[in-house]
Amino acid sequence: MSTSAATRVPPSATVHGANSLRTGPDSRGKFGGFGGRFVAETLMPLVLEVEQAYEAAKADPSFRVELDMLLKDYVGRPSPLWYADRLTRHFGGAKIYFKRDELNHTGAHKINSCVGQILLARRMGKTRIIAETGAGQHGVATATVCALFGLPCTVYMGATDVARQAPNVFRMKLLGAEVKPVTSGAATLKDAMNEALRDWVANVTDTYYIIGTVAGPHPYPMMVRDFQSVIGEEAKVQLHEAEGRLPDIAIAAIGGGSNAMGLFHPFLDDPSVRLIGVEAAGHGLDTHQHAASLSRGRPGVLHGNRTYLLQDADGQIEEAHSISAGLDYPGIGPEHSWLHEIKRVEYAAATDTEALEAFQLCCRQEGIIPALEPSHALAHVAKIAPALSKETLILMNLCGRGDKDIFTVAEHLGVKL
Amino acid sequence: MSRIAARFAALKAEGRGALIPFLEAWDPDAATSMAILRGMPGAGADLIEIGCPFTDPMADGPIIQRASQRALKAGGTLAKALAMVREFRGEDTQTPVILMGYLNPILSYGTERFCVDAAAAGVDGLIVVDLPTEEADMLVPFATANGLDIIRLVAPTTDEQRLPLVLNGSSGFVYYVSITGITGTRSASLSDLQSALPKVRAHTDLPIAIGFGVRTPAQAAEAVQVADAAVVASALIETLAASLDADGRPAPDSAQRVLAQVRGLADAVRAARVAA
Repeated sequence: MSTSAATRVPPSATVHGANSLRTGPDSRGKFGGFGGRFVAETLMPLVLEVEQAYEAAKADPSFRVELDMLLKDYVGRPSPLWYADRLTRHFGGAKIYFKRDELNHTGAHKINSCVGQILLARRMGKTRIIAETGAGQHGVATATVCALFGLPCTVYMGATDVARQAPNVFRMKLLGAEVKPVTSGAATLKDAMNEALRDWVANVTDTYYIIGTVAGPHPYPMMVRDFQSVIGEEAKVQLHEAEGRLPDIAIAAIGGGSNAMGLFHPFLDDPSVRLIGVEAAGHGLDTHQHAASLSRGRPGVLHGNRTYLLQDADGQIEEAHSISAGLDYPGIGPEHSWLHEIKRVEYAAATDTEALEAFQLCCRQEGIIPALEPSHALAHVAKIAPALSKETLILMNLCGRGDKDIFTVAEHLGVKL
Repeated sequence: MSRIAARFAALKAEGRGALIPFLEAWDPDAATSMAILRGMPGAGADLIEIGCPFTDPMADGPIIQRASQRALKAGGTLAKALAMVREFRGEDTQTPVILMGYLNPILSYGTERFCVDAAAAGVDGLIVVDLPTEEADMLVPFATANGLDIIRLVAPTTDEQRLPLVLNGSSGFVYYVSITGITGTRSASLSDLQSALPKVRAHTDLPIAIGFGVRTPAQAAEAVQVADAAVVASALIETLAASLDADGRPAPDSAQRVLAQVRGLADAVRAARVAA
């Protein structure tokens, strides 16, 4: 963006101050009772250092200038707002708009936060970058910015995910990153995050950890949200240009919750806007094969923050399941837990099967191959749009493209590639 | 006087440092870990640290991660770790027992109920790895009300400005994490410890234990020359793990092998000069 999005937002649309829902977290990194900084003492000074560095960067206009330049000329922002006319007519109800973050460089919203965080890492004088990844999208985005800034990059990825996301593993390697398969635990995203935290503890002086979602110890949930809020800020302006008003519903898929937080945050103080997050219901919410932390979990502490988690009666963390490796996480960002408890955001869920149907529908109706993650959001749109009036405006975040998912989808459709 | 304070006072009078061996509750099964716990005082343990199994032990290296997984597979839980201590107290009322673990199982148990039950079982202190000082108010009032010591970790990254904050509210002893890293990976040099310990000592009157990277009798002896106690964990778990068969079942002498190693460490600690 050449100008700050905030200056282009209709002035009546935002309210800041005592009654705002956008002022969190508090000084302890809490959103209500969620968030915080639950890390070992070895990491604590470092987490505080990241917070101080981020506050200083926010106050430095040159940081914003460089970030805006990278978002515009490297990432390709603003991403378009697309009126999905054929899908709208197909459902026969509400008007559906896509915020097209799948058109960003690297094909998903993850890069928005990676460019911000690598600028911060450079300001802090860090010379080595680590990250965790599930499906590989955040790993690819991190490897990309590391190549751009000439910094060595190590990405932790569960061995199970390394096997099922081979194209992204190769992409990361092409970009110069080292991909370390993690075999501990169930060898998926949660274990990759454990291993990245262990690396960070052992390399505190030179290493910066680029967390991919709005989770982890404070300031990460706030910082990643701030960087991702460009999604909602742009969409607000674009929809205002297209329709002259706010959306009635804004909707996004939720794994850790970064694309949803980025879409929702600029609308939190607009009470007329219904916000809906869609969790992965996997094989169904009443099976043990899902990733719906809010619908079926309860609060606990993992990976540095207090939030809703999938866990057993003894507080042991359970494995999540979703057809989408990017939603396959047993926790959720703490700000979502708070928004869930205060009921500002509604949290729904879509199954693997529903997401697959929405995936195919989007391909045929709009000529867009979506990632399986936003296919969950679209699956919920499919449930609600037909019954809504033609004047209702739905804004959906199409947060990633589906090239990475064609092998998974082919397998589920019984097609051999 | 608490059991922990009494033990350190007695050792000070004796002029020597303490050995604090570690075991993981229910690794590889209930009977073997109970046999190790029961045998530790006789093998020379001055205090005992019991790890409580958790699926996501973020500060631990592969050796303790695997111990945790074996314990969970065997059915280990926080409640069962408390039951072990209760049983142990039937025959030993003197040796202090410290539970080490992660916060989520405690939250799930209920922080207040956990502190009540832990104290009733005969636990003396708690080390909660992922509960830094900044978040400690969710546990400390209940621990204090039940006479449980909260043992804080101090790391090489804890600078002098931060030390008073971390030590304020610590009790029992201070656990000095001797390396920036996870358990069972590398060791601090004696000169690192000699330069680090006086800085911590300047801020507290509590005994200081050194952990992370203390593996051999020689390292344990070094640790008690600069500090008041040595914690040995991964090296003992490795011995236990090496005694298991391919399916993770213990050998008849699994506990004895671990206890023999504890004895060797205790001999070295007892022969070392006491810290100034």
